[in-house]
Amino acid sequence: MENGISTITQIIPPNFYLILSSLLFCIGIIGVLIRRNIIVVFMSIELMLNASNLLMVAFSSYRSDGAAQVFVFFSMVVAAAEVAVGLAIIVMIYRNIHSIDIKELSKLKW
Amino acid sequence: MTTIVLLSLLGLITLITGLFTIKRYILPIVVSGLLVVFAIHTSSISIINENGPMFNNMMKFDQFSILFSGLILLLTVLIVFQTQKFEGETDIPLPELLTLFLFAITGALIMVSYTHLVMLFLGIETLSICLYVLAGSRRSELSSNEAAMKYFLMGAFASGFLLFGITLIYGATGSFHLAMISAQIQNPAIANSPMLIAGILMVLIALAFKVGAVPFHFWTPDVYEGSPTLVTSFMATVVKTAGFAAFFRLFFLAFSHTPPMWNQTLWVICALTMTLGNITAIYQNQVKRMMAYSGIAHTGYMLMAILALNQVAVSGILFYATAYALATIALFAVFITLQKNYKLDSIESFNGFAKKNPFAAFVVAASLCSLAGIPPLAGFFGKFYIFSLALKQQNFWLVIIAIINSCISVYYYFRIIVAMYMKKAMDEQTIEIDRMSYLVLIICMLASLVLGLFPDLILSLNA
Repeated sequence: MENGISTITQIIPPNFYLILSSLLFCIGIIGVLIRRNIIVVFMSIELMLNASNLLMVAFSSYRSDGAAQVFVFFSMVVAAAEVAVGLAIIVMIYRNIHSIDIKELSKLKW
Repeated sequence: MTTIVLLSLLGLITLITGLFTIKRYILPIVVSGLLVVFAIHTSSISIINENGPMFNNMMKFDQFSILFSGLILLLTVLIVFQTQKFEGETDIPLPELLTLFLFAITGALIMVSYTHLVMLFLGIETLSICLYVLAGSRRSELSSNEAAMKYFLMGAFASGFLLFGITLIYGATGSFHLAMISAQIQNPAIANSPMLIAGILMVLIALAFKVGAVPFHFWTPDVYEGSPTLVTSFMATVVKTAGFAAFFRLFFLAFSHTPPMWNQTLWVICALTMTLGNITAIYQNQVKRMMAYSGIAHTGYMLMAILALNQVAVSGILFYATAYALATIALFAVFITLQKNYKLDSIESFNGFAKKNPFAAFVVAASLCSLAGIPPLAGFFGKFYIFSLALKQQNFWLVIIAIINSCISVYYYFRIIVAMYMKKAMDEQTIEIDRMSYLVLIICMLASLVLGLFPDLILSLNA
């Protein structure tokens, strides 16, 4: 197992991971900005968080330092807690307006 | 450390008391619990040697964190005092509401005492997740739902930026510890690497989101308006203070040796935040939206202290945050009652208030003067201190912009005073304010006055 990781880190330079994660992160941002369905927006945010997790693990194995891998556990727990609250909010809204379209939520404006 | 453990325990105890029919005692339990925690917190400075690094060097309760935690605990007591009259306003029962407040400030305490980026992330998230629930605590009302949704989406979006920024900083410097990052940044090859620059930029965006600085301020007015008023008051004071402390701590401990480019970025954000906040506040007719924009403007003033980044700036932020929070809590404490009476959000609900309740009207007028920076109240000295701090840093133009902005802000603060003292009331009935709110008003009023006359009371704490 140890050997497996180290050979992979020799073949693939860290910039590949950086580019992949940045792409995933940008897809997430674009999703948040242009999609109207709250659930899809929500999934895009998860994509942003997971892009960082991926990059964190990649950096961690290149530096052979465990700190970042532990951070990934923390961020996964936090993401799970956010999902719980976020879905509850979505359910609450659906009960009131029978829709999860973000455009319906524009009562507060100046 | 003891403070955080005790606070979490207090939260759990409050949650459990909700099971029993001892509703009357919950508020006294929480208030006395908070005061006990505060007492232990302040005594722990000298008695127990707690000031060293803990949790494998992830947190450190230095003077900075002790001062800001103390402020957060005391402000929360003032907020919690008002929960009784607030109970009918939300769909969440009182024990759960108080528990959420307590867990939120546990997160805030972590935010002011981290020395490791994991703890920054965890602190911000603990605070935010509780706030998402609190913002949506009026389940049946659409505006509250909308506020919760907007706050949640924007908050989670900002967390994504924060996490990616932290990852990039780790990639560039190889550590999450603020001290190690600071040591690595001294090396110009690392300080100018694109990865670090992108990382700092993303963390800056996330923190600007959390404190509501331009151009990432657009969620504040909507969320402040939609949330129940007590929660708005909590967000505008406790959360903003914690966000600022975290912001300052990060730049003070980790990025104080970064290239001057970052100072210029902060300069621009600071000037824009003040100007946009104040100018937009003029056009608002609703009290909560106006206070949201005024809060954005005050964020701008406090950012001036972050530009200075030294030990003196800590006193500046602490004093300013105290003055701003006291005035804001007093204003909202009165506004909650008015809102209940008239079911109105607009400034008209203050019409003729001076005749209906002279004392409360006087406190509101004094708080607004404090916010506008009129001597002898605390707000004046806070502004004076921060402006002179910026002058020492040769930020001449920034101080001029800030002074012009202070003049603009007088206009919209005085709109409420004019409404209270000169306009005719909508009806004749007097408005009674409950005893707890009176207590809050008296405390806020006295504290602003005393701090305005004797600012050394707070400034000497940070010797």
